[in-house]
Amino acid sequence: MKVTVGLRISCRALLRNKIRSLLTMLGIIIGVSAVITMIGIGQGARESIKDKIASLGTNMLLVQSGSLTRGGIRGGWGSINTLVPEDVSAIIEKCPSVVLAAPVVRTTAQVVYGNLNWSTRITGTSPDYLTIRQWPIVSGKSFTDADVRYSTKVAVIGKTVAENLFPQMPSIGEIIRIKRVPFKVIGLLEEKGQSAMGTDQDDVILVPLTTARKRLLGKHSVLKQINVSAGNEALMIRAQEEITLLLRERHRIHSGKKDDFIIKNMADIQDAAASSMKTMTIVLASIASVSLVVGGIGIMNIMLVSVTERTREIGIRMAVGARTRDILFQFLIESLVLCSAGGILGILLGISVSEVMSIFAGWSSVVSVQSIVLSFCFALVIGIVFGLYPARKASMLNPIEALKYE
Amino acid sequence: MAESRQIAVMDLYKTYFLDGIEVAAVQGVSFEISRGEFTAILGASGSGKSTLMNILGCLDRPTAGVYMLEGVDVARLSRDEMARIRNEKIGFVFQGFNLLPRTTALENAELPLYYKDGILAKEREMLAREALRAVGLVERERHYPGQLSGGEQQRVAIARALVNNPSIVLADEPTGNLDSKTGREIIEIFQDLNVKLKKTVIFVTHDQDIACFARRQVWLKDGVIIKDSTGVL
Repeated sequence: MKVTVGLRISCRALLRNKIRSLLTMLGIIIGVSAVITMIGIGQGARESIKDKIASLGTNMLLVQSGSLTRGGIRGGWGSINTLVPEDVSAIIEKCPSVVLAAPVVRTTAQVVYGNLNWSTRITGTSPDYLTIRQWPIVSGKSFTDADVRYSTKVAVIGKTVAENLFPQMPSIGEIIRIKRVPFKVIGLLEEKGQSAMGTDQDDVILVPLTTARKRLLGKHSVLKQINVSAGNEALMIRAQEEITLLLRERHRIHSGKKDDFIIKNMADIQDAAASSMKTMTIVLASIASVSLVVGGIGIMNIMLVSVTERTREIGIRMAVGARTRDILFQFLIESLVLCSAGGILGILLGISVSEVMSIFAGWSSVVSVQSIVLSFCFALVIGIVFGLYPARKASMLNPIEALKYE
Repeated sequence: MAESRQIAVMDLYKTYFLDGIEVAAVQGVSFEISRGEFTAILGASGSGKSTLMNILGCLDRPTAGVYMLEGVDVARLSRDEMARIRNEKIGFVFQGFNLLPRTTALENAELPLYYKDGILAKEREMLAREALRAVGLVERERHYPGQLSGGEQQRVAIARALVNNPSIVLADEPTGNLDSKTGREIIEIFQDLNVKLKKTVIFVTHDQDIACFARRQVWLKDGVIIKDSTGVL
């Protein structure tokens, strides 16, 4: 029996019971669309987290101050400030894999402009900070190395700060007061959105490091962290080693003792986040594929009913010369037609559901060709696996008994 | 002449179990049928004639004994080899027509050709139409079984039996569901097949008037042959 003939017989049998075929397909439709949607959401979340971490700068290393242990109580990273500005210049000079390094001090302060005020994070740093973080200025300009040298009272503000202090008016050139110290706004940062951890990255004011230390934090304040940019991603590990060696030497840490600083690698963080999202995607897809399997059981159920119903037809076909495999193929093709039709409808539904979700729920969703191929093939496998038993049952009928069946 | 002995049955037995009770339907039947013979198998219900017919039609296997069909021992054949014989050598007509419902007369007549390799759709349709013409039903090829009378349905079934040009046509009570006038028309078609197309025709009946169309009459009772009007016994 040719495949085309088998297809025609199957399609006709399925069209004879339209509602039943549709209901049977529904299991596969829902299963396939669930798999596609879930993989889409998982991949979308993965992409967006990856993008957010990438927005921190992929070649970036974060050197943070070490932890303090006092009386057995360990304070966590940054609880003791071991990094000093001289470390920064040493890193730039002595670590060949490092291109840029920017010191960072941080405080939170109330900022006043006219009758408006706003509490925000103040970051004292050097101009290289913006390069390392890949953070452009949208209007005005950044402060310069000269500003750092002379502790100029200038500030570059983030979008959230601008919105709260300067609603619907230009901010460049205005004077704001941070802890009562007047600063001139010289630049506006590009919007960066939420960080991967959920903090608003635009709620920030950048000022020269020296100004921050002298005017806002106190002269002997030490560094919170150093942002370092390696030449490229491949150099990151070497840069990390160079910095570790250098800082251990500078901080006079004997061999065997623990570092008093920690170096965080952005690429590692990105990989970790991406791989956890991948796990989540797999979990979601597995849950969705359960519904596909349930759909397959529905197919088997209906195919068994169909075989019983058509026992006489099977008998007639056998009587005129249908071989075992002819009957087997007929019912297997029928199950495959059900599954592939359900699969195609499921793909369409899955794509639309993903679209609707990203429009209305604001979830980014990436429908990939792989997820479509994967779920469709899965549906076909389901069709074969769950169609095989009923088809085999049909093909093994005794023609005499099948013909007598009422 | 061995060639003329198309069907040879030797000491055939068929026992089956019905709800755990052993039923000996055929108990040692032997006969031969030559190419081109027109034979009626007669007997009351329960005489084993349908069981014998199913074995002759390769739908069932004997419990014991030998059934040689054109020199081939059918009992030794596999399931699929038997299917091939049903497809190519035998046309079977049933009492209850056994047409596929919701399928046109033409497609019903085409059915055996679906299971024959190397036939194009066009050829299939052409052969089926020819078979329908042979039974005088070509103008109703688009009708469904439900739209046809009993006699017409049986003619479609005969067309289906003929479509693959088999050498043997078997019929199990072909007139059993028809009134006597229609039954006569149907049996005349079988007569035509035998005379004009030189087919070997064997049919089962319990109706003497129908049986007398056949040149040879074999009487069965309780699974054994009690009379063979022309054959050797």
